Amino acid sequence: MTTAVSPRLTSATAGRVLRQLRHDHRTVAMLLVLPSALLGLLYLLWADVPTAPGQPDTFDRVGLTMLGVFPFVVMFLVTSIAMLRERTSGTLERLLTTPLSRLDLLLGYGLAFGLAAAAQAVVTVTIATTVYDLDVTGSLSLVVLIAVVDAALGVALGLLASAFARSEFQAVQLMPVVVLPQFFLCGLLVPRDQLAGWLQAVSDVLPLSYAVAALQEVGASPEATGTMWVDVGVVAGATLLALGLAAATLRRRTS
Amino acid sequence: MDAVTVTDLVVHRGARPVLHEVGCSVPSGQVTGLLGPSGSGKSTLLRALVGAQRIRSGTVTVLGHPAGSAALRSRVGYVTQAPSVYGDLTVRENARHFAALYGRGAAAADAAIADVGLAEAAGQLVGDLSGGQRGRASLACALVGEPELLVLDEPTVGLDPVLRVELWSRFHALAAAGTTLVVSSHVMDEAGRCDRLLLLRDGRLLSDSTPAELRARTGTDDLEQAFLSLVRATEEATA
Repeated sequence: MTTAVSPRLTSATAGRVLRQLRHDHRTVAMLLVLPSALLGLLYLLWADVPTAPGQPDTFDRVGLTMLGVFPFVVMFLVTSIAMLRERTSGTLERLLTTPLSRLDLLLGYGLAFGLAAAAQAVVTVTIATTVYDLDVTGSLSLVVLIAVVDAALGVALGLLASAFARSEFQAVQLMPVVVLPQFFLCGLLVPRDQLAGWLQAVSDVLPLSYAVAALQEVGASPEATGTMWVDVGVVAGATLLALGLAAATLRRRTS
Repeated sequence: MDAVTVTDLVVHRGARPVLHEVGCSVPSGQVTGLLGPSGSGKSTLLRALVGAQRIRSGTVTVLGHPAGSAALRSRVGYVTQAPSVYGDLTVRENARHFAALYGRGAAAADAAIADVGLAEAAGQLVGDLSGGQRGRASLACALVGEPELLVLDEPTVGLDPVLRVELWSRFHALAAAGTTLVVSSHVMDEAGRCDRLLLLRDGRLLSDSTPAELRARTGTDDLEQAFLSLVRATEEATA
Protein backbone atom coordinates (compact mmCIF):
# COMPACT_ATOMS: atom_id res chain seq x y z
CA MET A 1 0.00 0.00 0.00
CA THR A 2 1.39 3.34 -0.97
CA THR A 3 0.95 6.10 1.53
CA ALA A 4 3.47 8.46 -0.06
CA VAL A 5 2.06 11.88 -0.81
CA SER A 6 2.45 13.27 -4.30
CA PRO A 7 1.82 17.05 -4.49
CA ARG A 8 0.83 16.63 -8.15
CA LEU A 9 -1.82 13.99 -7.43
CA THR A 10 -3.04 15.79 -4.30
CA SER A 11 -3.60 19.00 -6.23
CA ALA A 12 -5.23 17.09 -9.12
CA THR A 13 -7.70 15.72 -6.58
CA ALA A 14 -8.29 19.12 -4.98
CA GLY A 15 -8.86 20.63 -8.42
CA ARG A 16 -11.36 17.92 -9.27
CA VAL A 17 -13.30 18.39 -6.01
CA LEU A 18 -13.42 22.16 -6.56
CA ARG A 19 -14.64 21.65 -10.14
CA GLN A 20 -17.42 19.41 -8.82
CA LEU A 21 -18.32 22.15 -6.36
CA ARG A 22 -18.27 24.79 -9.10
CA HIS A 23 -20.91 22.91 -11.08
CA ASP A 24 -23.20 22.98 -8.04
CA HIS A 25 -24.11 26.66 -7.84
CA ARG A 26 -26.65 26.27 -5.09
CA THR A 27 -24.16 24.54 -2.79
CA VAL A 28 -21.60 27.27 -3.43
CA ALA A 29 -24.19 29.95 -2.64
CA MET A 30 -25.23 28.16 0.56
CA LEU A 31 -21.61 27.68 1.63
CA LEU A 32 -20.91 31.38 1.23
CA VAL A 33 -24.14 32.90 2.50
CA LEU A 34 -25.70 30.57 5.10
CA PRO A 35 -23.28 31.19 8.00
CA SER A 36 -23.67 34.97 7.58
CA ALA A 37 -27.45 34.66 7.49
CA LEU A 38 -27.54 32.50 10.63
CA LEU A 39 -25.17 34.86 12.38
CA GLY A 40 -27.57 37.68 11.48
CA LEU A 41 -30.35 35.80 13.21
CA LEU A 42 -28.20 35.48 16.33
CA TYR A 43 -27.42 39.20 16.12
CA LEU A 44 -31.13 40.06 16.04
CA LEU A 45 -31.78 37.64 18.92
CA TRP A 46 -29.72 39.72 21.35
CA ALA A 47 -30.10 43.12 19.69
CA ASP A 48 -32.68 44.38 22.21
CA VAL A 49 -31.42 42.51 25.28
CA PRO A 50 -29.58 44.93 27.60
CA THR A 51 -26.06 43.92 28.57
CA ALA A 52 -25.26 43.96 32.31
CA PRO A 53 -22.62 46.62 33.11
CA GLY A 54 -19.10 45.20 33.14
CA GLN A 55 -20.21 42.08 31.25
CA PRO A 56 -19.06 41.38 27.70
CA ASP A 57 -21.73 41.68 25.05
CA THR A 58 -23.48 38.31 24.60
CA PHE A 59 -23.52 38.49 20.79
CA ASP A 60 -19.77 39.24 20.73
CA ARG A 61 -19.11 36.08 22.76
CA VAL A 62 -21.60 33.79 20.97
CA GLY A 63 -21.02 35.23 17.51
CA LEU A 64 -17.27 34.79 17.75
CA THR A 65 -17.67 31.17 18.87
CA MET A 66 -20.05 30.48 16.00
CA LEU A 67 -17.43 31.73 13.53
CA GLY A 68 -15.53 28.59 14.50
CA VAL A 69 -18.52 26.27 14.80
CA PHE A 70 -20.12 26.99 11.39
CA PRO A 71 -17.18 25.96 9.20
CA PHE A 72 -16.69 22.85 11.34
CA VAL A 73 -20.32 21.73 10.99
CA VAL A 74 -20.74 22.66 7.32
CA MET A 75 -17.50 21.04 6.18
CA PHE A 76 -18.20 17.91 8.24
CA LEU A 77 -21.54 17.48 6.49
CA VAL A 78 -20.34 18.29 2.98
CA THR A 79 -17.30 16.04 3.23
CA SER A 80 -19.00 13.06 4.81
CA ILE A 81 -21.58 13.03 2.01
CA ALA A 82 -18.98 13.64 -0.73
CA MET A 83 -16.80 10.78 0.52
CA LEU A 84 -19.77 8.49 1.00
CA ARG A 85 -20.61 9.10 -2.67
CA GLU A 86 -17.06 8.12 -3.65
CA ARG A 87 -17.46 4.93 -1.68
CA THR A 88 -20.89 3.97 -3.03
CA SER A 89 -20.50 5.09 -6.67
CA GLY A 90 -17.47 2.90 -7.37
CA THR A 91 -15.20 5.87 -8.01
CA LEU A 92 -13.26 5.18 -4.82
CA GLU A 93 -12.56 1.57 -5.85
CA ARG A 94 -11.43 2.85 -9.22
CA LEU A 95 -9.27 5.67 -7.80
CA LEU A 96 -7.49 3.14 -5.59
CA THR A 97 -6.47 1.11 -8.68
CA THR A 98 -4.71 4.22 -10.08
CA PRO A 99 -1.36 5.64 -8.90
CA LEU A 100 -3.29 7.93 -6.48
CA SER A 101 -2.38 7.18 -2.86
CA ARG A 102 -4.93 7.20 -0.07
CA LEU A 103 -3.33 10.22 1.54
CA ASP A 104 -3.31 12.08 -1.80
CA LEU A 105 -7.05 11.57 -1.96
CA LEU A 106 -7.72 12.67 1.63
CA LEU A 107 -5.37 15.65 1.50
CA GLY A 108 -6.90 16.64 -1.84
CA TYR A 109 -10.30 16.76 -0.18
CA GLY A 110 -8.85 18.68 2.77
CA LEU A 111 -7.21 21.20 0.46
CA ALA A 112 -10.32 21.75 -1.68
CA PHE A 113 -12.75 22.16 1.20
CA GLY A 114 -10.13 24.12 3.18
CA LEU A 115 -10.06 26.66 0.33
CA ALA A 116 -13.85 26.73 0.25
CA ALA A 117 -13.81 27.28 4.02
CA ALA A 118 -11.36 30.16 3.65
CA ALA A 119 -13.70 31.90 1.20
CA GLN A 120 -16.62 31.22 3.54
CA ALA A 121 -14.71 32.57 6.55
CA VAL A 122 -13.69 35.77 4.76
CA VAL A 123 -17.32 36.45 3.82
CA THR A 124 -18.68 35.59 7.28
CA VAL A 125 -16.05 37.53 9.23
CA THR A 126 -16.45 40.57 6.98
CA ILE A 127 -20.23 40.62 7.36
CA ALA A 128 -20.07 39.90 11.10
CA THR A 129 -17.70 42.79 11.84
CA THR A 130 -19.29 45.34 9.49
CA VAL A 131 -23.03 44.60 9.38
CA TYR A 132 -23.44 43.02 12.82
CA ASP A 133 -20.77 45.11 14.65
CA LEU A 134 -19.13 42.01 16.11
CA ASP A 135 -16.29 43.23 18.36
CA VAL A 136 -13.05 41.27 18.14
CA THR A 137 -10.08 42.61 20.13
CA GLY A 138 -7.50 40.58 18.19
CA SER A 139 -6.70 40.27 14.51
CA LEU A 140 -9.48 39.28 12.09
CA SER A 141 -7.00 37.32 10.00
CA LEU A 142 -6.43 35.09 13.03
CA VAL A 143 -10.19 34.52 13.22
CA VAL A 144 -10.14 33.46 9.55
CA LEU A 145 -7.15 31.21 10.20
CA ILE A 146 -8.88 29.48 13.12
CA ALA A 147 -12.07 29.12 11.05
CA VAL A 148 -10.06 27.38 8.31
CA VAL A 149 -8.37 25.05 10.80
CA ASP A 150 -11.83 24.25 12.24
CA ALA A 151 -13.07 23.54 8.73
CA ALA A 152 -10.11 21.22 8.17
CA LEU A 153 -11.07 19.40 11.36
CA GLY A 154 -14.63 19.07 10.04
CA VAL A 155 -13.29 17.72 6.73
CA ALA A 156 -11.06 15.16 8.45
CA LEU A 157 -13.81 13.95 10.78
CA GLY A 158 -16.26 13.88 7.85
CA LEU A 159 -13.87 11.71 5.82
CA LEU A 160 -13.54 9.38 8.79
CA ALA A 161 -17.28 9.34 9.57
CA SER A 162 -18.15 8.36 5.98
CA ALA A 163 -16.61 4.95 6.72
CA PHE A 164 -19.32 4.32 9.31
CA ALA A 165 -22.27 5.12 7.07
CA ARG A 166 -23.71 2.93 4.35
CA SER A 167 -26.23 5.47 3.10
CA GLU A 168 -26.70 9.21 2.97
CA PHE A 169 -29.49 8.84 5.56
CA GLN A 170 -26.97 7.38 7.98
CA ALA A 171 -24.29 9.91 7.07
CA VAL A 172 -26.42 12.97 7.88
CA GLN A 173 -27.36 11.43 11.22
CA LEU A 174 -23.71 11.14 12.15
CA MET A 175 -23.57 14.93 12.10
CA PRO A 176 -25.42 15.40 15.42
CA VAL A 177 -23.48 12.47 16.89
CA VAL A 178 -20.12 14.04 16.11
CA VAL A 179 -21.01 17.72 16.34
CA LEU A 180 -23.57 18.27 19.09
CA PRO A 181 -21.65 16.78 22.06
CA GLN A 182 -18.63 18.85 21.04
CA PHE A 183 -20.82 21.94 20.76
CA PHE A 184 -22.51 21.36 24.15
CA LEU A 185 -19.18 20.89 25.91
CA CYS A 186 -17.07 23.49 24.07
CA GLY A 187 -17.57 26.17 26.73
CA LEU A 188 -20.14 28.32 24.95
CA LEU A 189 -23.25 27.15 26.85
CA VAL A 190 -21.49 26.69 30.20
CA PRO A 191 -17.93 27.91 30.82
CA ARG A 192 -15.64 24.87 30.83
CA ASP A 193 -14.31 25.55 34.35
CA GLN A 194 -17.88 25.34 35.71
CA LEU A 195 -18.50 21.88 34.23
CA ALA A 196 -18.62 18.81 36.47
CA GLY A 197 -15.17 17.22 36.70
CA TRP A 198 -15.87 14.27 34.45
CA LEU A 199 -17.61 16.44 31.85
CA GLN A 200 -14.61 18.74 31.88
CA ALA A 201 -12.41 15.70 31.24
CA VAL A 202 -14.60 14.78 28.25
CA SER A 203 -14.47 18.38 27.04
CA ASP A 204 -10.67 18.24 27.34
CA VAL A 205 -10.41 15.50 24.73
CA LEU A 206 -12.85 17.06 22.26
CA PRO A 207 -11.04 19.16 19.62
CA LEU A 208 -13.81 21.77 19.21
CA SER A 209 -13.16 22.91 22.82
CA TYR A 210 -9.68 24.04 21.74
CA ALA A 211 -11.00 25.75 18.62
CA VAL A 212 -13.45 27.76 20.72
CA ALA A 213 -10.76 28.53 23.32
CA ALA A 214 -8.48 29.83 20.55
CA LEU A 215 -11.25 32.12 19.27
CA GLN A 216 -11.91 33.39 22.79
CA GLU A 217 -8.20 34.25 23.07
CA VAL A 218 -8.40 36.26 19.84
CA GLY A 219 -11.58 37.92 21.12
CA ALA A 220 -9.86 39.02 24.34
CA SER A 221 -6.25 39.84 23.41
CA PRO A 222 -5.01 42.35 20.83
CA GLU A 223 -1.96 40.17 20.06
CA ALA A 224 -1.78 36.45 19.26
CA THR A 225 -1.13 34.63 22.54
CA GLY A 226 0.89 31.49 23.18
CA THR A 227 -2.24 29.84 24.55
CA MET A 228 -4.00 30.52 21.26
CA TRP A 229 -1.20 28.91 19.23
CA VAL A 230 -1.24 25.86 21.50
CA ASP A 231 -5.02 25.59 21.04
CA VAL A 232 -4.70 25.93 17.26
CA GLY A 233 -1.94 23.30 17.35
CA VAL A 234 -4.21 20.88 19.22
CA VAL A 235 -6.97 21.32 16.61
CA ALA A 236 -4.46 20.83 13.79
CA GLY A 237 -3.08 17.72 15.53
CA ALA A 238 -6.59 16.28 15.95
CA THR A 239 -7.16 16.95 12.25
CA LEU A 240 -4.05 14.99 11.25
CA LEU A 241 -5.01 12.16 13.59
CA ALA A 242 -8.49 11.96 12.05
CA LEU A 243 -6.97 12.00 8.54
CA GLY A 244 -4.66 9.13 9.51
CA LEU A 245 -7.60 7.14 10.87
CA ALA A 246 -9.62 7.95 7.73
CA ALA A 247 -6.75 6.66 5.58
CA ALA A 248 -6.90 3.39 7.51
CA THR A 249 -10.59 3.02 6.60
CA LEU A 250 -9.82 3.25 2.86
CA ARG A 251 -9.23 -0.33 1.82
CA ARG A 252 -7.93 -1.17 -1.60
CA ARG A 253 -9.14 -4.73 -1.19
CA THR A 254 -12.72 -5.31 -0.15
CA SER A 255 -14.80 -8.45 0.02
CA MET B 1 4.00 -14.59 -22.89
CA ASP B 2 1.05 -14.35 -20.51
CA ALA B 3 -0.01 -11.00 -19.12
CA VAL B 4 -2.05 -12.57 -16.34
CA THR B 5 -1.68 -15.89 -14.54
CA VAL B 6 -4.30 -17.01 -12.04
CA THR B 7 -3.62 -20.11 -9.94
CA ASP B 8 -6.04 -21.89 -7.61
CA LEU B 9 -7.92 -18.67 -6.87
CA VAL B 10 -10.52 -19.04 -4.13
CA VAL B 11 -12.74 -16.11 -3.16
CA HIS B 12 -15.45 -16.11 -0.53
CA ARG B 13 -17.98 -13.38 0.08
CA GLY B 14 -19.05 -13.77 3.65
CA ALA B 15 -19.51 -17.51 4.08
CA ARG B 16 -20.47 -17.99 0.45
CA PRO B 17 -17.81 -19.23 -1.97
CA VAL B 18 -17.79 -17.15 -5.16
CA LEU B 19 -14.76 -18.56 -6.98
CA HIS B 20 -13.63 -22.19 -6.60
CA GLU B 21 -9.94 -22.79 -7.36
CA VAL B 22 -10.00 -20.90 -10.62
CA GLY B 23 -6.86 -21.15 -12.73
CA CYS B 24 -6.36 -19.47 -16.08
CA SER B 25 -3.97 -17.36 -18.05
CA VAL B 26 -4.43 -14.37 -20.29
CA PRO B 27 -2.07 -14.01 -23.28
CA SER B 28 -0.52 -10.62 -23.99
CA GLY B 29 -1.76 -8.48 -26.84
CA GLN B 30 -5.05 -10.31 -27.26
CA VAL B 31 -8.69 -9.79 -26.39
CA THR B 32 -9.70 -12.39 -23.82
CA GLY B 33 -13.41 -12.70 -23.18
CA LEU B 34 -14.72 -13.69 -19.77
CA LEU B 35 -18.17 -15.09 -20.35
CA GLY B 36 -20.79 -16.56 -18.14
CA PRO B 37 -24.25 -15.92 -16.80
CA SER B 38 -24.95 -13.14 -14.36
CA GLY B 39 -23.79 -14.17 -10.88
CA SER B 40 -21.16 -16.60 -12.15
CA GLY B 41 -18.30 -14.67 -10.54
CA LYS B 42 -17.05 -12.67 -13.55
CA SER B 43 -16.85 -9.32 -11.74
CA THR B 44 -15.18 -10.96 -8.75
CA LEU B 45 -12.50 -12.48 -10.97
CA LEU B 46 -11.91 -9.12 -12.68
CA ARG B 47 -11.69 -7.37 -9.31
CA ALA B 48 -9.08 -9.93 -8.29
CA LEU B 49 -7.04 -9.03 -11.41
CA VAL B 50 -6.92 -5.34 -10.45
CA GLY B 51 -6.28 -6.07 -6.77
CA ALA B 52 -9.60 -4.76 -5.48
CA GLN B 53 -10.87 -8.16 -4.31
CA ARG B 54 -9.92 -9.71 -1.01
CA ILE B 55 -8.96 -13.31 -1.82
CA ARG B 56 -8.97 -16.38 0.39
CA SER B 57 -6.21 -18.35 -1.33
CA GLY B 58 -4.40 -18.72 -4.62
CA THR B 59 -2.25 -16.31 -6.58
CA VAL B 60 -2.92 -13.70 -9.23
CA THR B 61 0.12 -12.48 -11.14
CA VAL B 62 -0.27 -9.51 -13.46
CA LEU B 63 2.56 -8.35 -15.76
CA GLY B 64 5.01 -10.18 -13.52
CA HIS B 65 3.81 -8.66 -10.24
CA PRO B 66 1.25 -9.74 -7.64
CA ALA B 67 -2.13 -8.22 -8.60
CA GLY B 68 -2.73 -4.84 -7.01
CA SER B 69 0.98 -4.00 -6.47
CA ALA B 70 1.87 -0.34 -6.48
CA ALA B 71 4.06 -0.94 -9.57
CA LEU B 72 0.97 -2.01 -11.53
CA ARG B 73 -1.23 0.99 -10.82
CA SER B 74 -0.10 3.01 -13.83
CA ARG B 75 -0.02 -0.09 -16.07
CA VAL B 76 -3.50 -1.54 -15.46
CA GLY B 77 -6.77 0.17 -16.39
CA TYR B 78 -10.06 -0.94 -14.87
CA VAL B 79 -13.61 -0.12 -15.87
CA THR B 80 -16.23 -1.26 -13.38
CA GLN B 81 -19.60 -2.60 -14.45
CA ALA B 82 -21.53 0.42 -13.19
CA PRO B 83 -19.95 3.52 -14.75
CA SER B 84 -17.65 4.92 -12.07
CA VAL B 85 -17.22 8.50 -13.20
CA TYR B 86 -18.29 11.73 -11.57
CA GLY B 87 -21.82 12.64 -12.63
CA ASP B 88 -21.33 16.25 -11.56
CA LEU B 89 -18.35 16.78 -13.87
CA THR B 90 -18.32 17.02 -17.66
CA VAL B 91 -16.94 14.19 -19.78
CA ARG B 92 -13.84 16.27 -20.47
CA GLU B 93 -13.29 17.11 -16.78
CA ASN B 94 -13.60 13.43 -15.87
CA ALA B 95 -11.13 12.35 -18.55
CA ARG B 96 -8.69 15.10 -17.61
CA HIS B 97 -8.86 14.12 -13.96
CA PHE B 98 -7.99 10.50 -14.68
CA ALA B 99 -5.37 11.68 -17.20
CA ALA B 100 -3.76 13.70 -14.41
CA LEU B 101 -3.75 10.65 -12.10
CA TYR B 102 -1.89 8.67 -14.79
CA GLY B 103 0.49 11.57 -15.44
CA ARG B 104 -0.98 12.39 -18.85
CA GLY B 105 -2.06 15.72 -20.25
CA ALA B 106 -5.20 17.27 -21.68
CA ALA B 107 -4.37 16.04 -25.22
CA ALA B 108 -4.46 12.41 -24.03
CA ALA B 109 -7.83 13.09 -22.39
CA ASP B 110 -9.28 14.56 -25.58
CA ALA B 111 -7.95 11.63 -27.62
CA ALA B 112 -9.54 9.10 -25.25
CA ILE B 113 -12.89 10.92 -25.47
CA ALA B 114 -12.70 10.86 -29.27
CA ASP B 115 -11.80 7.14 -29.16
CA VAL B 116 -15.07 6.27 -27.43
CA GLY B 117 -17.05 8.54 -29.77
CA LEU B 118 -17.97 11.15 -27.18
CA ALA B 119 -16.15 14.15 -28.72
CA GLU B 120 -19.42 15.97 -29.29
CA ALA B 121 -20.61 15.39 -25.73
CA ALA B 122 -17.26 16.32 -24.13
CA GLY B 123 -18.69 19.48 -22.56
CA GLN B 124 -21.77 17.80 -21.11
CA LEU B 125 -22.16 16.74 -17.51
CA VAL B 126 -21.86 12.95 -17.22
CA GLY B 127 -25.01 12.94 -15.09
CA ASP B 128 -26.99 14.31 -18.06
CA LEU B 129 -25.83 11.57 -20.46
CA SER B 130 -27.62 8.37 -21.43
CA GLY B 131 -26.57 5.13 -19.74
CA GLY B 132 -24.58 4.00 -22.75
CA GLN B 133 -22.76 7.32 -23.04
CA ARG B 134 -21.95 7.23 -19.34
CA GLY B 135 -20.39 3.79 -19.78
CA ARG B 136 -18.27 5.12 -22.63
CA ALA B 137 -17.19 8.09 -20.53
CA SER B 138 -16.09 5.59 -17.90
CA LEU B 139 -14.16 3.66 -20.57
CA ALA B 140 -12.45 6.85 -21.76
CA CYS B 141 -11.18 7.41 -18.22
CA ALA B 142 -9.36 4.06 -18.38
CA LEU B 143 -8.11 4.44 -21.98
CA VAL B 144 -6.56 7.78 -21.07
CA GLY B 145 -3.81 6.07 -19.07
CA GLU B 146 -2.82 3.91 -22.09
CA PRO B 147 -2.57 0.88 -19.81
CA GLU B 148 -0.78 -2.33 -20.81
CA LEU B 149 -3.65 -4.35 -19.38
CA LEU B 150 -7.21 -3.15 -19.72
CA VAL B 151 -9.82 -4.87 -17.56
CA LEU B 152 -13.37 -4.12 -18.72
CA ASP B 153 -16.43 -5.34 -16.85
CA GLU B 154 -19.36 -5.59 -19.29
CA PRO B 155 -18.38 -2.50 -21.30
CA THR B 156 -20.99 -2.99 -24.03
CA VAL B 157 -24.11 -3.32 -21.86
CA GLY B 158 -26.84 -0.94 -22.99
CA LEU B 159 -25.09 0.04 -26.21
CA ASP B 160 -26.79 -0.03 -29.57
CA PRO B 161 -25.44 -2.58 -32.09
CA VAL B 162 -23.55 0.01 -34.13
CA LEU B 163 -21.64 1.28 -31.10
CA ARG B 164 -20.97 -2.24 -29.92
CA VAL B 165 -19.33 -3.12 -33.23
CA GLU B 166 -17.31 0.11 -33.08
CA LEU B 167 -16.12 -0.60 -29.56
CA TRP B 168 -15.13 -4.15 -30.41
CA SER B 169 -13.06 -2.95 -33.36
CA ARG B 170 -11.53 -0.39 -30.99
CA PHE B 171 -10.61 -3.25 -28.60
CA HIS B 172 -8.97 -5.20 -31.43
CA ALA B 173 -7.07 -2.11 -32.55
CA LEU B 174 -5.76 -1.71 -29.00
CA ALA B 175 -4.77 -5.37 -28.90
CA ALA B 176 -3.01 -5.04 -32.25
CA ALA B 177 -1.02 -2.18 -30.73
CA GLY B 178 0.09 -4.46 -27.89
CA THR B 179 -2.54 -3.87 -25.17
CA THR B 180 -3.90 -6.91 -23.37
CA LEU B 181 -7.65 -6.79 -22.83
CA VAL B 182 -9.88 -8.81 -20.55
CA VAL B 183 -13.52 -8.13 -21.35
CA SER B 184 -16.44 -9.67 -19.50
CA SER B 185 -19.84 -10.16 -21.04
CA HIS B 186 -22.93 -12.22 -20.44
CA VAL B 187 -23.94 -12.01 -24.09
CA MET B 188 -22.68 -15.05 -25.93
CA ASP B 189 -22.79 -13.39 -29.34
CA GLU B 190 -19.83 -11.32 -28.19
CA ALA B 191 -17.82 -14.46 -27.51
CA GLY B 192 -17.02 -14.89 -31.18
CA ARG B 193 -15.29 -11.51 -31.20
CA CYS B 194 -12.70 -12.60 -28.64
CA ASP B 195 -9.30 -14.10 -29.42
CA ARG B 196 -9.61 -16.30 -26.37
CA LEU B 197 -12.52 -17.34 -24.18
CA LEU B 198 -12.85 -18.06 -20.50
CA LEU B 199 -16.21 -19.58 -19.61
CA LEU B 200 -17.27 -19.21 -16.01
CA ARG B 201 -20.27 -20.76 -14.31
CA ASP B 202 -21.10 -20.84 -10.60
CA GLY B 203 -17.57 -19.74 -9.77
CA ARG B 204 -15.93 -22.54 -11.72
CA LEU B 205 -13.99 -22.24 -14.96
CA LEU B 206 -15.67 -24.46 -17.57
CA SER B 207 -13.33 -23.71 -20.43
CA ASP B 208 -10.18 -21.79 -21.34
CA SER B 209 -9.73 -21.94 -25.09
CA THR B 210 -10.04 -20.09 -28.39
CA PRO B 211 -13.54 -19.83 -29.91
CA ALA B 212 -12.39 -22.20 -32.70
CA GLU B 213 -11.21 -24.82 -30.18
CA LEU B 214 -14.47 -24.51 -28.30
CA ARG B 215 -16.49 -25.01 -31.49
CA ALA B 216 -14.42 -28.03 -32.44
CA ARG B 217 -14.63 -29.57 -28.99
CA THR B 218 -18.39 -29.27 -28.73
CA GLY B 219 -19.12 -29.92 -32.41
CA THR B 220 -21.24 -26.81 -32.88
CA ASP B 221 -20.70 -23.47 -34.60
CA ASP B 222 -23.00 -21.65 -32.23
CA LEU B 223 -21.04 -20.55 -29.15
CA GLU B 224 -24.22 -20.31 -27.09
CA GLN B 225 -24.92 -23.99 -27.86
CA ALA B 226 -21.27 -24.79 -27.16
CA PHE B 227 -21.57 -23.18 -23.74
CA LEU B 228 -24.76 -25.10 -22.98
CA SER B 229 -23.24 -28.43 -23.99
CA LEU B 230 -20.25 -27.71 -21.77
CA VAL B 231 -22.60 -26.99 -18.87
CA ARG B 232 -24.46 -30.26 -19.49
CA ALA B 233 -21.23 -32.21 -19.76
CA THR B 234 -19.99 -30.83 -16.42
CA GLU B 235 -23.33 -31.53 -14.76
CA GLU B 236 -23.30 -35.14 -16.00
CA ALA B 237 -19.71 -35.53 -14.83
CA THR B 238 -20.57 -34.34 -11.33
CA ALA B 239 -23.91 -36.16 -11.15
